[in-house]
Amino acid sequence: MLIFEKSETGRTVAVQAPSGDADVSDIPEGLLRKSPTGLPEVSELQAVRHYTRLSQQNFSIDTHFYPLGSCTMKYNPRACNTLAMLPGFLSRHPLAPDALGQGVLACLYELQEMLKDVTGMQEVSLSPAAGAQGEFAGMAMIRAYHDARGDTERTEVLVPDAAHGTNPASAVMCGYKVREIPTAANGDVDVDALRAVVGPQTAGIMLTNPSTVGVFERRIEEIAGIVHEAGGLLYYDGANLNAILGKVRPGDMGFDVIHMNLHKTFSTPHGGGGPGAGPVGVSERLEPYLPVPMVGYDGDEYSLLTSKQYPHTIGQLSAFAGNVGVLLRAYIYARLLGRQGMLRVSEFATLNANYLMVRMREQGFKLAYPERRATHEFIVTLKHEAAELGVNTMDFAKRLLDYGHHAPTTYFPLLVPECLLIEPTESEDKATLDAFVDAMAAILAEAKDNPEKVKGAPYTLPVRRLDDVRAARELDLRWQAG
Amino acid sequence: MSEIPSDLKYTSSHEWVRIEGDGSITVGITDHAQDLLGDLVYVEAPESGTEVEVKEACAVVESVKAASDIYSPVDGEVIEGNENLADTPEIINTDPYGEGWIMRVQPSESASLDDLMDAEAYEAHVASETH
Repeated sequence: MLIFEKSETGRTVAVQAPSGDADVSDIPEGLLRKSPTGLPEVSELQAVRHYTRLSQQNFSIDTHFYPLGSCTMKYNPRACNTLAMLPGFLSRHPLAPDALGQGVLACLYELQEMLKDVTGMQEVSLSPAAGAQGEFAGMAMIRAYHDARGDTERTEVLVPDAAHGTNPASAVMCGYKVREIPTAANGDVDVDALRAVVGPQTAGIMLTNPSTVGVFERRIEEIAGIVHEAGGLLYYDGANLNAILGKVRPGDMGFDVIHMNLHKTFSTPHGGGGPGAGPVGVSERLEPYLPVPMVGYDGDEYSLLTSKQYPHTIGQLSAFAGNVGVLLRAYIYARLLGRQGMLRVSEFATLNANYLMVRMREQGFKLAYPERRATHEFIVTLKHEAAELGVNTMDFAKRLLDYGHHAPTTYFPLLVPECLLIEPTESEDKATLDAFVDAMAAILAEAKDNPEKVKGAPYTLPVRRLDDVRAARELDLRWQAG
Repeated sequence: MSEIPSDLKYTSSHEWVRIEGDGSITVGITDHAQDLLGDLVYVEAPESGTEVEVKEACAVVESVKAASDIYSPVDGEVIEGNENLADTPEIINTDPYGEGWIMRVQPSESASLDDLMDAEAYEAHVASETH
């Protein structure tokens, strides 16, 4: 039931309503609204119950195992939240002079330094407001670099077929044509296919390493050599940074630019459309083009660096210095972990994934890349179950909800049929991983004995199987009275 | 096993091609492709007059699982896009080789259809991809 449907005329929360009559005489007549706002009229208790109940219907990391591959749904430590909400952080006005915000600027500066250290890049800008904007910033810097050298014949960006859809989108946004590179049967980029298409028209290549098929790109140095030799640059999609944190650095692999999804690796809340953060790191040759502002430190004072210090910047991408509240949470997370803690993140993330992978195989599930070690995630293909039992990946995913687990990522990457991309993260203990394996084994048994049961799932949630086709074709998002 | 009509030609990216009597071609996606995509919810067919290049994206199909590009099998010019797909994308699911056609293309003079696969080669290609 929507809150609008609970509305009754005249019901209100007087103590929380704006008090007094505001003077609106300086607002032009044409801008004043002619009709009531149409907001729901409910009591405070009704509003509290409504939204509490909605939150109880969520599957979230705070309530359930959430092994959503590629999304790194790890636990968000409460300490990060608590400390980021200290009054000094919350109350600082973004237009206050630098001299009055030395504390927050120091935190941001130190976060820049830590991200440089952990990625091996020359310089970092924190300001992009989300991973997608970080990607855009990265591609815009590649474009600015080629343009500044008068190298305007570079029109193509290479993207593996396993990549996140945002990669080709970012390249196209920056005016490039996308050329797809196939993935070899062992999960690595097809290097021969890469050689065949790389050339003087290549502006760069966008890679995710470990890749979205859950394996480490073993020939990365060779790939870097091929692309650099042709005059192209290497872009690193930081989606899977969690697997290599503190172990291997993109800068050392030869990457020229990287974006980081702080909500994944550095455990800030996943946005769901809310504020995010997608810092970018660059090698020396791209440094002049970084998005502003950044934070500088002269050994005495911290200050925001703008287009005055960076005249060749691709510009400012967000209001003020990005989503500082999110950046602070990442900073605190990194400080809480320390260098040794960051190593343990990647070690436990990969250990959990490999344990889960082996246990799933023992239960009879087929791995997409059985000869490869998992990174922080791995792929199971249910194509045999779909073909022989008529129970597909989405049926397994829906049934998992009845067993109290959020489903892994389904049907991505597209090149593996009927796939589940499973990422347990480092946050989970062995008992939770075992419970997930038990649930998957139970569903597999159900699929053999009583496939209709699995195909009808879920049974225990507030709503049954949603008609996603109809939802997409007849999009209806606006409530209207009566 | 998906349906693969023997009178059509195929691309490795799962488009089918019918060579018409007037030298134009009709293009759609195969039964196998629609099966992989699942229920289609949106199709962007090209408008007539659009110049297309071989192996370049020229249309978009979107299902509940994914959005995918459709690649032109030849260089040429679009004569007609299937306007019915805007309101009823599901006809690609129900009739991929008939009502679900996507576009008609007039190949350019230099265009070659020799690289396209016949039904037998396409069937082997599908089998190799799904092993």
